[in-house]
Amino acid sequence: MNPYLPILILMGIGAVLALGGVGASAIIGPKRYNRAKLDAYECGIEPTPHALGGGRLPIKYYLVAMTFIVFDIEVVFLYPWAVDFTTLATFGLVAMFAFLALITVPFVYEWRRGGFDWV
Amino acid sequence: MNGVVLAAEGGVAADFSAEPVLASVVKAVLIVVFLLTSVLFAIWFERKVVAKMQLRPGPNWHGPKGLLQSLADAMKLLLKEDVNVTRADRVVYLLAPMISVSASLLVFAVIPFGPSVRIPFTDFSTPAQLTDFPVAVLYILAAASIGVYGIVLGGWSSGSTYPLLGAVRSTAQVISYELAMGLSLVSVFIMAGSMSTSQIVSSQAQVWWFIPLAPAFVVYVISMVGETNRLPFDLPEAEGELVSGYMTEYSSMKFAWFFLAEYINMLNVSAVVTTLFLGGWRAPVPDGFLGDALNTGWLPIIWFLVKVWAVMFFFVWVRGTLLRLRYDQFMVFGWKVLIPVALGWVVVLGAVQWALTIAELPRSTFFYLAAGVVVLVLLPMLFWPEKKRRAEPAEPETLDAFADGYPVPPLPGQKLPASERFGKEVAGNDR
Repeated sequence: MNPYLPILILMGIGAVLALGGVGASAIIGPKRYNRAKLDAYECGIEPTPHALGGGRLPIKYYLVAMTFIVFDIEVVFLYPWAVDFTTLATFGLVAMFAFLALITVPFVYEWRRGGFDWV
Repeated sequence: MNGVVLAAEGGVAADFSAEPVLASVVKAVLIVVFLLTSVLFAIWFERKVVAKMQLRPGPNWHGPKGLLQSLADAMKLLLKEDVNVTRADRVVYLLAPMISVSASLLVFAVIPFGPSVRIPFTDFSTPAQLTDFPVAVLYILAAASIGVYGIVLGGWSSGSTYPLLGAVRSTAQVISYELAMGLSLVSVFIMAGSMSTSQIVSSQAQVWWFIPLAPAFVVYVISMVGETNRLPFDLPEAEGELVSGYMTEYSSMKFAWFFLAEYINMLNVSAVVTTLFLGGWRAPVPDGFLGDALNTGWLPIIWFLVKVWAVMFFFVWVRGTLLRLRYDQFMVFGWKVLIPVALGWVVVLGAVQWALTIAELPRSTFFYLAAGVVVLVLLPMLFWPEKKRRAEPAEPETLDAFADGYPVPPLPGQKLPASERFGKEVAGNDR
C-alpha cells in the first residue's frame, strides 16, 4: 500500500472533525443579536478604524520573515546531506562546510548591522 | 563521546507493505480519539499540577479528582453562541481554526507508538504506527508549519487590533524557533542516517540520542516551548498585553479548535522529542536486559506514553516556574543564541563524525587533533583585545523642577536635586 494513503485518511478525518465541530456549535448554540457583541474587542468607545487592510506593522516582522527564508533553505539543504552523511563522505563534508561558511557571512553581516536587535 | 562511536549503524524501518486499508482507517480513528482524550486529560493534568505547585486544590468537583472538568468545559464551549464578528473576513475567519486543528492532528501519523504488535485473538500483526516513509520527520515539520497558517489567518481575518498583533508576533516567533528546531534535528539524522521515524527509534538501541547529542537536545527542548507558544514563551497570547492574542475574537467551537490545536501541538512536540531523542518506545533499561521481553509486543506503548507524559510534565513545570520573557529578549535569544549554537553543533558533530567514521583516524590521532582545535579556538580568547570602554556619560545636570512655575519630570541626562530628607536621621529608624 502507498505509505502516503493513511495521511490522506487522517486528513479526511481531521477535516470532518473540524467542520463538524464548527457546524454543530453553529446549530446548537443560541443566537442573540447585539451590535456591541459583534464589534471588535477593544478598549474605548469606537474601535480603531480597520486593523484589516489599513493595519500597519513594525517592519521588523518583515525582516524576520526574509531572514527566515534564507536560513530555512539552509536547513533544508542540510537534511539530505545529514541523511547520506556516510555515503557522501569527505566530498559532502567539504561542500557542506563551504556552504555553511557562505551562509555565515550574511548572518554575521546582519548581526553586526543590527538586524536581530529588536529595539 | 562514546555514543558517537556507536553511531551510523542504521536502524530497521517498520514494514507497511502488507497493510490493509481497513487497518489504516482504524488506526487513524484511534489516533484522533487518542489525541482528543489526551487533550482532555492534559488540560486537567496541567491545572492540577500547577495547582499543586501553587498550594491550591485545583479542579476537584466534577468526577473523581476533577477528571471530568475539562469534558464539562468542552461541552460548555459547544453550547455557547457562535459569534461572527462583523469586521471579520468571513471565509478566512471560519477557515483558520479548522486549518489549525486539522494540521495539528497530522503529526501523529508518523509517530511510532511501539514496534509490531499482534492484535489479540487473531494472527494479524501490524506496526503500532499509522504510516512511515523515508522523509517522515520532514513531513512532521511541514505539518507543523501548516498550523502556523491557522494562527496568521485567524489573527489577520478578525479585523481587530489585538488579534493582528498577536498573529504577527506569533508568526515571527514560530518561524524563528522553527529554524533552531530544524537545525537541532540535523544531528539526529547524521547519527541515525535516516529521516524515517521507526528507523530513528531502532537506531537508538544502544544509546538514546539525547546523551551523545546533548546540545542538540537542549536546543530542541527550548525551541519546542517557543514553537508551541507556551509559557515562558507565550508572547502571542500574553494576556496582559494582547488580551488573548490571535484568538481574541473567537468564541464557541472556533475558539475550542484553537485551544485544542495548542494542546495537541504540545503532545506533538513531546512525541517528536520522545521519538528522536528519548528512544521512542524503547524501555528505559540497557539493551538486552530481560532478553527482548520489554521491547516487544504491547509493553513498549506504555514506555512511549510514560516518556511523552514526562515531557508534558516538563511543559507544565516550566509554566509553573518561569516568568514570561520580554518580546525583544525572546527574539534576540532565538537568533543570537539558539541558532548559532545549533549551527556550531552541526559543524562540530559533522567534523567529529567524519574523523571517526569516514577518515577512521586512530583514537590517539583524533584526540590530539581535537585538543589542537580546542586550543586554536581558545588561544585567541586569551589575547582578545579588551572592549574599549565607552566614554563615561557626562554628569547629569541638576534640574530645577519648578523653574516654570509648575513641576516637570526630569528628561534623560537631567536629575532631580536630592530630597531634603535624604540621609537624615529619622526618629524611630534604627538603621
